[in-house]
Amino acid sequence: MNELDPSREAIALRGVVKTFGPITAVDGLDLDVPTGICLGLLGPNGAGKSTTMRLLTGQAIADSGELRVLEYELPAEAKAARAEMGVVPQLDNLDIDVTVEDNLAVFARLYRVRDVAAAVDRALDLARLQARRKAAVDELSGGMRRRLLLARGLVHEPRLVLLDEPTVGLDPQIRTQMWTLIDGLRSRGVTILMSTHYIEEAERLADEVAVMAQGKVVARGRPSELIVKHAGRETAEVYGPPDRLAEVRAAAEAEGLPVRPAGPAIAIVGAERSSNGSVPEDAVRRAASLEDVFVLLTGEEAE
Amino acid sequence: MSAQAARIRRLDPAAITGVMSREVANFRTFWKATTFSSLLEPTIYLLAFGLGLGATVVNKVNGLDYVEFVGTGMVATAVIFSSALPAMFGTFVKHRFQRTYDAILAAPVDVEELVTAEMLFISLRAGVYGCFPLLVSFAFGLDPTPGMLLVPLFAFVTALGFAAFGIAVAGTVSKIDQFNYVTTLVVTPLFLVAGTFFPIDQLPEGFQILAQLNPLHQLVELVRHAAFGFEATDLLRLGGLAAFSFAMWRLAVRQMTRRLVD
Repeated sequence: MNELDPSREAIALRGVVKTFGPITAVDGLDLDVPTGICLGLLGPNGAGKSTTMRLLTGQAIADSGELRVLEYELPAEAKAARAEMGVVPQLDNLDIDVTVEDNLAVFARLYRVRDVAAAVDRALDLARLQARRKAAVDELSGGMRRRLLLARGLVHEPRLVLLDEPTVGLDPQIRTQMWTLIDGLRSRGVTILMSTHYIEEAERLADEVAVMAQGKVVARGRPSELIVKHAGRETAEVYGPPDRLAEVRAAAEAEGLPVRPAGPAIAIVGAERSSNGSVPEDAVRRAASLEDVFVLLTGEEAE
Repeated sequence: MSAQAARIRRLDPAAITGVMSREVANFRTFWKATTFSSLLEPTIYLLAFGLGLGATVVNKVNGLDYVEFVGTGMVATAVIFSSALPAMFGTFVKHRFQRTYDAILAAPVDVEELVTAEMLFISLRAGVYGCFPLLVSFAFGLDPTPGMLLVPLFAFVTALGFAAFGIAVAGTVSKIDQFNYVTTLVVTPLFLVAGTFFPIDQLPEGFQILAQLNPLHQLVELVRHAAFGFEATDLLRLGGLAAFSFAMWRLAVRQMTRRLVD
């Protein structure tokens, strides 16, 4: 086993660039993930999150830059790095005609687990699927399949787990089940890199958040730190007809306050700094959120 | 490089058997249908060509009863249809639609191991199914001989090449419809000009030369010789088939690496 100094980084990327023809998916990315934390990689679609995940597994090769995962140099030692990490993909790619336990057993073998039966039992316990071990995947509910997908990535007890949009497309109830499982991993000290474009997911699970836009990290820190740094304390939401919203926006921007769309309203970020009445009295004031930070930094509506 | 990295070596048997275990787990869910069609198909061919054509138009070919001629030749047909086609469609579906390879390549398995495992499993299966026409032919009057014990080996070696060919094609085309070009322009001519249903020495000279380059023809000859007496050149034929399989393996690894690694 390639022992890591706990103070060192589980993942270290320096100046990583990855292009696909004329498109630059990852553009000079610097990213460190210290051992033992859950880092949320937050960004809109097309920000480069999934490409970053593929770079970390050696399924994409960077054009330039340095990549180290669990002290292995990538791409040369990608296979050895993969042996010690688990990957939970965005898309369900289970073998649907095969039983739950066989799906797990295949991956236990791929990961060279010595006691396959014990590993399968452990993974079934984790995913709370013992009762369905003999069922074909096709017979499982959506939530069970998602839990199985997670268990498959953990069947070899990896030190590092890459979660690529782990709850995308799931209904709220299943999403909560997944969060409970992921939170359990984090509390056991497993290092997690989780890409997501759900703000709430990042806030609930991540020790730190790195906001990605256009292939690079544009902000990084604990959610509360990011909010204070980029959005201040208070956001004021103003509702009304378009003409009025345009006037309010112009006044707020003239005072130097960032304004973003918020559904039918506009949101004036850092409203506590207003001193000349640019924030109307009928505005709905609330605590600034990570969503405000996300929209300000990426220019995209959050989900 | 760490100790862990050193242990995970190129063409690691653990990775290859791991991928094959996935194939076995899946095959257990559909083996009955595949086996049924693999038995029924040569039966229908032998009834149609052997009894129908053999009884009414052709009696003997190169000194063999037509049923014996077709029954031994059909091993090659079974091999190409149970290797090249499943490799083409299976690989494409697993890559494009099921995303199976994304999952496997996230584990400590590389493309070379993945391709090798897929080839081996398909070829083992084709090695077995390739013998079915012989088994059916026994019911139609073909006598078993000790040489026939080598037929699974010949079928396996040939299937390796065609499985790799199918994987290489799947790693090259951009749409599943493009397989039509390959089946029409490559698979069907190979299958027809293999000497399965008629001897190739009746073809124009140019086609005879092309037929000699056809791996399926070499397999047909090996199977017939296994049934009716080996020739000295058969080792060369087997060597040629092994070389074909090796070349296709490397091509498949190259094409799939381009397809699977961005």
